[in-house]
Amino acid sequence: MIEAYGLTKRYGAKTAVYNLTFQVRPGAVTGFLGPNGSGKSTTMRMILGLDTPTSGQVTVGGHAFKGLPNAPRQVGALLDAKAVHGGRSARNHLLSLAQLSGIPTRRVDEVLGVVGLQEVGKKRSKGFSLGMGQRLGIAAALLGDPQVLLFDEPVNGLDPEGILWVRNLMKRLASEGRTVFVSSHLMSEMAQTADHLIVIGRGQLMADMSVNEFITRNSVGFARVRTPEGEPEQQEKLTAVLQEAGGQPQPEGDGALRVTGLPLPHISDLAHHAGVRLWELSPHQASLEEAYMRMTQGSVDYRSTVDERAGLQQQMPGGPLPGQQMPGGLPGTPMPGQHMPGAPVPGPPMPGGPVPGQQMPAQQGGWAPPPPPPQDAPNPYARAEGGDAR
Amino acid sequence: MSTQQQYQGQVPPQQPGRPSQPQQTGHAQQQAQPQQAQQVPQQQAQQHGWSGQGGGATYTSPIPPRRTHLGNAIVSEWTKIRSVRSTVWTIAIMFALVVGIGLLSALAMSGGQYTGNPLLSSGLFGLMLGQICVITLGVLVITSEYGTGMIRTTLTACPQRGRVLMAKSLVFFVLAFVTTTVACTITALINSALLSDQEIPSYVRNSSLADSVEGGRIVADSGEWLGATVGAGLYVALLGLLSLAVGALLRHSAGAITTMMGVVLLPLLLAMFMRAEALETVRDKLMEYSPLNGLGALFGTPMLPEDSASGWPLLGGLAGVTAVALVVACTLLNKRDV
Repeated sequence: MIEAYGLTKRYGAKTAVYNLTFQVRPGAVTGFLGPNGSGKSTTMRMILGLDTPTSGQVTVGGHAFKGLPNAPRQVGALLDAKAVHGGRSARNHLLSLAQLSGIPTRRVDEVLGVVGLQEVGKKRSKGFSLGMGQRLGIAAALLGDPQVLLFDEPVNGLDPEGILWVRNLMKRLASEGRTVFVSSHLMSEMAQTADHLIVIGRGQLMADMSVNEFITRNSVGFARVRTPEGEPEQQEKLTAVLQEAGGQPQPEGDGALRVTGLPLPHISDLAHHAGVRLWELSPHQASLEEAYMRMTQGSVDYRSTVDERAGLQQQMPGGPLPGQQMPGGLPGTPMPGQHMPGAPVPGPPMPGGPVPGQQMPAQQGGWAPPPPPPQDAPNPYARAEGGDAR
Repeated sequence: MSTQQQYQGQVPPQQPGRPSQPQQTGHAQQQAQPQQAQQVPQQQAQQHGWSGQGGGATYTSPIPPRRTHLGNAIVSEWTKIRSVRSTVWTIAIMFALVVGIGLLSALAMSGGQYTGNPLLSSGLFGLMLGQICVITLGVLVITSEYGTGMIRTTLTACPQRGRVLMAKSLVFFVLAFVTTTVACTITALINSALLSDQEIPSYVRNSSLADSVEGGRIVADSGEWLGATVGAGLYVALLGLLSLAVGALLRHSAGAITTMMGVVLLPLLLAMFMRAEALETVRDKLMEYSPLNGLGALFGTPMLPEDSASGWPLLGGLAGVTAVALVVACTLLNKRDV
């Protein structure tokens, strides 16, 4: 059982984690989801006592991590696969960790076998692939037969077989009644592994619910409507009718319409009354991945801009290029060349200001997200800043 | 009643000698906050119908966990230090430098005239170079963990950070002391075997050097033997331990090694360029407290000719500085994020 209460971490002016309160229960795999830079690893480090929270607290099994009398026997963690001295052999690495918590040497060979590294146990871990490094990290986590397990992005760099192995391992560990907390930025991975989801974006809690609940709450159904090819006036007519009835028809790339906001029978009735023939009328469910992206799209820290190759054409030194500002740039820390001290923080959807052509990609994709939150939405960092005026 | 209090009631009392001070102060500040804070999750837990401890579904390892202690950390650090190549290399090079240079200089001087330097003093030359290896190893013992990220694994496995630093210090210090002392003893034996039958010029018999001649052979008294073996080993091991503390403070290999090189070499280098009369006191102080002077004095050859210090007071001073650096390093290690 991991319990976090009001967990907040600031690095200078940057708020990495803000007021996180959640619980991770035993007997289930809990997925910890968020885009890159959303504070997953910081939260994990705070759980493990590596980083001290600015405020709030987190306990493991009711105790602060630093107060555990024999931490590896209670909590196993894979933080990052390469947190290993590359010059040491895999076996000696595990042996030193085992000795640190009084675990017998034969357990080292046991876990090497569990993760499938017994052949390379004597090899220096410098030469390990990313997947082998992950396995070594998992071996270290399993060493103490702990009740609580934390994995930070465990499937990174693993081959399909390895991914399947990790997935089954985590499910098995949870079924034994352990607390399994797994971070990932891949919703698709979590959908197959986790029972429960905790989603954060920009360090703030966005969802804390079971996977099924997450799907029903967040995935929006839509209808795909196709009118006869080569008769565009039919489609225009239908679009007008649907809009009049309160639906939101959006053209899809292949000539079909994606309609939200209207039940299927109603669409059929409307088309019938308008005298439009339909080639297709099918119900669809947005995937979990889409639901996740919709939820976190306002909180993506690192967003790419369209490469206009303008920098190659003109040779004008100095002057910030559009889109080069740090998205998380805060009023408190004006950077040289940043023309915005005191100016409002750029709203979440389009950091760096509008760039010509940047609004297009969303429409071109297979699905169109609902309109982004308005620009004047309350900025989560404003509160965090105000609370700690230094 | 807060969980923290319950917990402290269950565990056995703190073991003596365990560095618990920094943790306790850390908790004292948080104590007030968690007391109200913890009630909320606890209540929620009851509402949801699951309990953190002792719940039926919760896994408990069949082998109950034992409380760990400094001994575990020392065994672990010994495994770590012996299983990387940098240890083998630095100590092998130190050995080669100390014994090799000692042997070469003894061979070069044997059969010549006695110059008036103490019998074992030529061991200093090799050790001046050899100590750089020990300093490097001292720094690497801690900074290699920061450089590779291993420190996060270590401190997750042992959140009692002071214990980790203490175990590292002890293991490294004993290793450095034993190897350096052995290397210095071998060199001293070589010197005594090859140089004691040097030709003794007639002026020696009437000067203050007459003490070091006994029955026509050049000898070293027990104080000289102690200084050139155990004293030198202790001195260099302490310098290595200071390097470890500096490494823990700076958390960067190159930075810490450079700093230690500066500490060892700069005072003497600066003093060499202070030729002006007005700077004489500063120059003499720099000479006197230069780490190299301490080592030289242990071999009976202090930097200032009129200085009669044995080197042991400077060794005590170095021990004091090292202790302070270790305490600061431990305090910061407990405070900083890793």
